[in-house]
Amino acid sequence: MSEALVRVENVSFAHNGRTIFDNISLNIEQGKITAIMGPSGTGKTTLLRLLTGQLKPSSGHVYFGEKCINTLSQKELYKIRRKMGMLFQNGALFTHLTVYENVAFPLREHTKLSESMIRDVVLLKLEAVGLRGARDLYPNELSGGMARRVALARAIALDPMLILYDEPFTGQDPILMGVLVKLIKELNDILQLTSIIVSHDVPETASIADYIYVLAGGHVVGAGKPQNLVADDNPHVQQFMHGLADGVVPFHYPARDFMADLLSSGEK
Amino acid sequence: MITFVQHVGRLGLSICTEVGRAGLFLSKSIWRKPRSSQKLHLLAHTLFNSGVLSLPIIIVSGVFIGMVVGLQGFNILNKFSVTSELGQMVALSVVRELGPVVTALLFAGRAGSALTAEIGLMKATEQLDAMEMMGVDPLGRIMLPRLLGGFISVPLLTIIFCAVAIWGGDLIGVKWLGVDGGAFWSNMQNSVDFRLDVVNGLIKSAVFGVVITWMAVYQGAAAVPTAEGISHATTRTVVYSSLLVLGLDFILTAMMMGGW
Amino acid sequence: MGQKSLETLVGFFILLAIAGLLMLAFKVSNLTTYQGNDTYDVKAQFDNIGDLKVRAPVTVAGVKVGQVGSIVLDPQNYRATVILRMDKSANYIPDDSSASIFTAGLLGSNYISLSPGFATQFLKDGDVISETHSAIVLEQMIGQLLFNVNKNKAGAGDSANADKS
Repeated sequence: MSEALVRVENVSFAHNGRTIFDNISLNIEQGKITAIMGPSGTGKTTLLRLLTGQLKPSSGHVYFGEKCINTLSQKELYKIRRKMGMLFQNGALFTHLTVYENVAFPLREHTKLSESMIRDVVLLKLEAVGLRGARDLYPNELSGGMARRVALARAIALDPMLILYDEPFTGQDPILMGVLVKLIKELNDILQLTSIIVSHDVPETASIADYIYVLAGGHVVGAGKPQNLVADDNPHVQQFMHGLADGVVPFHYPARDFMADLLSSGEK
Repeated sequence: MITFVQHVGRLGLSICTEVGRAGLFLSKSIWRKPRSSQKLHLLAHTLFNSGVLSLPIIIVSGVFIGMVVGLQGFNILNKFSVTSELGQMVALSVVRELGPVVTALLFAGRAGSALTAEIGLMKATEQLDAMEMMGVDPLGRIMLPRLLGGFISVPLLTIIFCAVAIWGGDLIGVKWLGVDGGAFWSNMQNSVDFRLDVVNGLIKSAVFGVVITWMAVYQGAAAVPTAEGISHATTRTVVYSSLLVLGLDFILTAMMMGGW
Repeated sequence: MGQKSLETLVGFFILLAIAGLLMLAFKVSNLTTYQGNDTYDVKAQFDNIGDLKVRAPVTVAGVKVGQVGSIVLDPQNYRATVILRMDKSANYIPDDSSASIFTAGLLGSNYISLSPGFATQFLKDGDVISETHSAIVLEQMIGQLLFNVNKNKAGAGDSANADKS
């Protein structure tokens, strides 16, 4: 078993008085693909933001390597983020820059490489995601899947140690999903990255993840290798992994009795 | 009655927090240093967006406002047969009031709304988050150059507006209505004071520039990242900055007349 | 658009603004005729300054040599004390010159005209012009004119009556 690159220790987080996480702990192992799964609204994206230091936990600690993320100064935080790449849900490409310039952006910001070196690196990264031919296009000329691949090339431009994927599979057709699954797997193995995937697409994620954490209601309700989780007998995990409409996670948003609601006509 | 007072109190408090937040935002962004190699490049970009692209509307409205003031002034002055004072009238009204105020209002509509929408959309499409994740500070990379670009652009645009408007007044007064050109320009020179009229007008426009750009960039950064939120933020930019410009114009004019 | 053409346009914008500022400074305002420091102050007292304003021109034979710096009421003798801010280059005005307040045209603004005397001493900073002529107040003048006309008419009537008798 290899060492943990990211450790989340007893983290609680509340936002606007609503508790989102209640004392959760996770270990992300080096060189592995770890998936964080759970139904929508369980704060998966919030967890990513806690990992990157964009949000601070109410209590507990987040460690990246040896450093405790939530106590770093803004400057140190920016420094450490150069070792992380993040793929946003919709790519978040800079719309005023071409594909080429988008991938070159982190290089220009953080390195003093010559223009020809930058060109080599950018073309290398674009080749890795198969979009070397699209380098002169603007983001609005790309399809959603292509934009995500460009964003992936940008995220790995600085050769990070850790890469975080925020819902990489949502809204993709099956072919593109296959492409992305293959890319994430290959990049992780070839570049020896550590990957964290936040997703609710069970089969795709389960096919490449080495380890899965299932979140529900602010707790970790299940953890383990994919094949073990499918057989897990926790009702939350069962419902989520098999896609059942109603179970422990109710179909209805909490409300008072339906009959009483209908009969009280005065208020809204 | 009590609820009314409570309402006023709540409104006052929310205004105070909003102003405080905006102030904090401004001071935070101003003290960021982008990397020096990029400073000029970024500034050139924002000067282009807020300055050069506003030039056509500024020049066209400058000419027309100068011509209208010339025409109206001529009709009034003609009643007293002192049309030779037309130059003075056009120059003073343009340099003291119309130049700074109209330029500021046009800038709020043309460049301010664009700034808000641009930054709001960058926020909505997570571009600002992405930048932060790459270890690049959006305050220094995005906000600061835009603020500086606006601070510089507005006085420059005001100068151009004034020059063009006076030329428009000359066009109507001298070339068309036949006021004596020599009297037009010499009366103007005798009555317009560089320090008291021109410099004071530019001080006003510099203040307007700061207020509008600050408002625009802050509204963009504070916008709710949805289509509706951005449209609200854009509207707020134009409405609030126009009102602030007009209110500040009165205060500044009163201060300047009071011997400032 | 390339970075080069963008920078060119920004440069063009800044140059345009500088040209505009130069026009405002030298063609529209009085920056060329007046620099603040190169002046000396001369005092003059008038019984009545009429409609004279600060920054009104001071002329000799119609040529501008300075402007009115400030106007205050002297609390001792209730006369108006006017400080004339004279151009440094106009340092050859005899110190027995007299100052008068005239009106430019029928409805124009008031200005001060200096008529040179014959002394060999020239005016310098802090000097006082002793001989002054007040502003001609149009209403008074018209009043006097009407009074004289009436008197003449009355006189003419009297003499006509005298002829008859």
